[in-house]
Amino acid sequence: MKRVGFSAVSALLLLTTSHSAFAEWGLNMTEGVTRVSHDVHDLHMTIFYVCVAIAVVVFGVMLYSIIYHRKSRGAKAHNFHESTVVELIWTVIPLIILVGMCIPATATLIDMYDNSDAEIDIQVTGYQWKWRYTYLHEEVDFFSSMSTPSEQIDNSQAKDVNYLLEVDYPLVLPVDTKVRFLFTSKDVIHSWWVPDLAVKKDTIPGFINESWTKIDKPGIYRGQCTELCGKGHGFMPIVVKAVSKAEYKSWVTAQAVAQAAAREVKEMSFAELMTQGEKVYNTNCAACHQKNGAGMPPMFPGLKGSAVALGDINKHINIVLKGVRSTAMSAFAEQLSVSDVAAVVTYERNAWGNDKGDHASPMLVKKLKDNK
Amino acid sequence: MSQEGVLQGGGAVADDEHHHGPDKGILRWVYTTNHKDIGTMYLLLALGSLLIGGCMAFVIRAELFQPGLQLVDPNFFNQMTTMHGLIMVFGAIMPAFVGLANWLIPMMIGAPDMALPRINNWSFWLLPFAFTMLLSTFFMDGGAPNFGWTFYAPLSTTYAPPSVTFFIFAIHIMGISSVMGAVNVIVTIFNMRAPGMTFMKMPLFVWTWLITAFLLIAVMPVLAGVVTMMLMDIHFGASFFDAAGGGDPVLFQHVFWFFGHPEVYIMILPAFGIVSHIISTFSRKPLFGYTSMVFATSSIAILSFIVWAHHMFTVGIPLVGELFFMYSTMLIAVPTGVKVFNWVTTMFRGSMTFETPMLFSIAFVVLFTIGGLSGLMLAVAPADFQYHDTYFVVAHFHYVLVPGALFSILAAVYYWLPKWCGRMYNEALGKWHFWLSFIGVNLTFFPMHFVGLAGMPRRIPDYALQFADFNAIVSVGAVVFGLSQLLFIYNVWRTTLGQKGVKASDLVWDQPVGLEWTALPSPVPYHTFQTPPKVD
Repeated sequence: MKRVGFSAVSALLLLTTSHSAFAEWGLNMTEGVTRVSHDVHDLHMTIFYVCVAIAVVVFGVMLYSIIYHRKSRGAKAHNFHESTVVELIWTVIPLIILVGMCIPATATLIDMYDNSDAEIDIQVTGYQWKWRYTYLHEEVDFFSSMSTPSEQIDNSQAKDVNYLLEVDYPLVLPVDTKVRFLFTSKDVIHSWWVPDLAVKKDTIPGFINESWTKIDKPGIYRGQCTELCGKGHGFMPIVVKAVSKAEYKSWVTAQAVAQAAAREVKEMSFAELMTQGEKVYNTNCAACHQKNGAGMPPMFPGLKGSAVALGDINKHINIVLKGVRSTAMSAFAEQLSVSDVAAVVTYERNAWGNDKGDHASPMLVKKLKDNK
Repeated sequence: MSQEGVLQGGGAVADDEHHHGPDKGILRWVYTTNHKDIGTMYLLLALGSLLIGGCMAFVIRAELFQPGLQLVDPNFFNQMTTMHGLIMVFGAIMPAFVGLANWLIPMMIGAPDMALPRINNWSFWLLPFAFTMLLSTFFMDGGAPNFGWTFYAPLSTTYAPPSVTFFIFAIHIMGISSVMGAVNVIVTIFNMRAPGMTFMKMPLFVWTWLITAFLLIAVMPVLAGVVTMMLMDIHFGASFFDAAGGGDPVLFQHVFWFFGHPEVYIMILPAFGIVSHIISTFSRKPLFGYTSMVFATSSIAILSFIVWAHHMFTVGIPLVGELFFMYSTMLIAVPTGVKVFNWVTTMFRGSMTFETPMLFSIAFVVLFTIGGLSGLMLAVAPADFQYHDTYFVVAHFHYVLVPGALFSILAAVYYWLPKWCGRMYNEALGKWHFWLSFIGVNLTFFPMHFVGLAGMPRRIPDYALQFADFNAIVSVGAVVFGLSQLLFIYNVWRTTLGQKGVKASDLVWDQPVGLEWTALPSPVPYHTFQTPPKVD
């Protein structure tokens, strides 16, 4: 309660002194950067004005009565209380307005559902709590996680302009190209939303949903997961980077080469493994097992001093690769490269006072992975 | 709690021979089959839930006051949003309406009590156990339910904390209680009306509750079904909602919202009845369009069964389904509009005064209409892709539930309290309560429209910087709104237990219509209408 009182006071101060230091006040839906998003914005404004008009009429009559038909002004109550004609009128007029509204809405909806003739197909897979983008006709497939450091979230560092809306690897798309998305999920239901594209679709395990977009102008467009998907729900943003067609082509080529190189397994030193492991851990594991390895028992066991992290290394690697059935521990074999798994296992065995001293070599991880 | 009239017991009962008054002490409340006692207990339970759910809202708003994580971790935040929703829906709004039904329906139709008094006792006494169990999950390993009050699978099955089983059992008990309460209402209204009270002479509160009761009986078993399917998935190896086992996560949403949408109307139809009475009384005019009100309420109830998938526009239902649910949802605006127009026309050329119940009712009409209009916007499926699961939706349903359902309940308590306990509440305090609530509620929920349109998803513990200013305002509004409810509690306390305030006349207000005013003294005796009144 003390906190709340304090909040109230500082909010009032905030209101009187500073107009937001960070960004301008967003008040309305974005017009976006696609034809569909413009159509949706137009629909939104139309229905909004219809609502305002209805409200003005209804509240106007009400206000008039409140002012002029009050007892204190000596108003005498009339006794009328029925009129079929009036009832019919105010049934029919709203009906006509609604039919008028349904016509453009239906047209836009049909347009939004037309997934044909796409030039690029991208599978979007939701994971707790990151996105995976698979370019179906290219050798490009990667995960996209929030890149806002935890120090900004816990308020020990100043927040960046794109706080919570920034990722390590954005989804890169060409402009003026019809892109079809195929949505699915690995665990729970998520929802992929980029307001500027007017695309919001649930990603559902076992289902494939479709949607499409055609971006008009290059730029960075940000969005978020909009279906509650667990504790990291607020922390799985989406960033779309729209580039020219030529730029897109060279990006795809470079990505394919880089990803092929990353798949190659090469030996790494202990120090290399630890450095890479810390990064991988903080991006992928810290949400549940916590940055300090303490976990959040019993849902998310700690790793510091745990039997797994200090036990048999093969078993440890297998848990990371395959997950643990009917728990929140998912399988990371697809999500992380062989060297990432080796690094993170090494890190978990030697961080926060864990002192196994051993390390998982990428070769060993590859062997276990191929064994299934 | 123990109103003067209730304690004196049977003052107005002629036949004292078989009348023995209520038991003394706590056992009176445990054993009671009296509709007034049970109504009081329901209302107190609702008030307790309102305070608990309100504290959870305070936690949510305190965390969201500024960007960054300050007070709670995201998992606990999710527990707060989940339990806030569950407690407010099942613990505050629904029991409050059942409490009002208990108090008012027998008095309005000239019946001595509810038709099934022992079932009435049981349906109340199940609830404290259900809510104790639900709240006890906070102390269990893994914490309370954290998957949202809509508990979408598989987040609520495979990925749920172990306490989900207790949540399921609590829902079952609440459902049994609701169904028994609804059966009681229907049986009472069908069988116990005073001679001469035909259906089309029934007060609107009775009508709206009759329709609500049918909705409850229709959909509570569906809710029980969906939580039972969850239980099967969690403990008995079934795969109703698990795609890997041949199940379907979307099936959950269909079944849930087939319950969920009628549930929305369960929480608002009795409110329609309440404000119809109050607006008519303080406009000193008969309600405009009584018949059309009855038909509009019935149409809303019937339509509520064919609109459920408008909660699921983004799950990927086929185009034809999408269009069907868009059209059917828009259709609901028609009967709802009729009701609003009727209320406004009732005020038109009346002779209005603005006592606290009237203020709350006028605010109800205005703010519920705003919630209804944003509902119309949400019905436009293509636009809903941008609104869905954002704060715009949070603003919408809070507008219909808080200044909608909750304001109507507050209005009802102010309106009928003098009849129940024989004393007038303090009007000045009531007005303070109203104006602070009115300002607070709009400060809390109106800016949510803006952050929602600007792109803030709901159910997130932390947000991007462009949403910061509005969230700060919202949190301030929540404090104003929440704390001003203490005025209400004090006002009710001083009027009932404190026995302060002017004695109310039998009519209480200026020419109110209805048996409870014209045929009964204030305070109402413990037993009423042992001989039925005549209605002409």
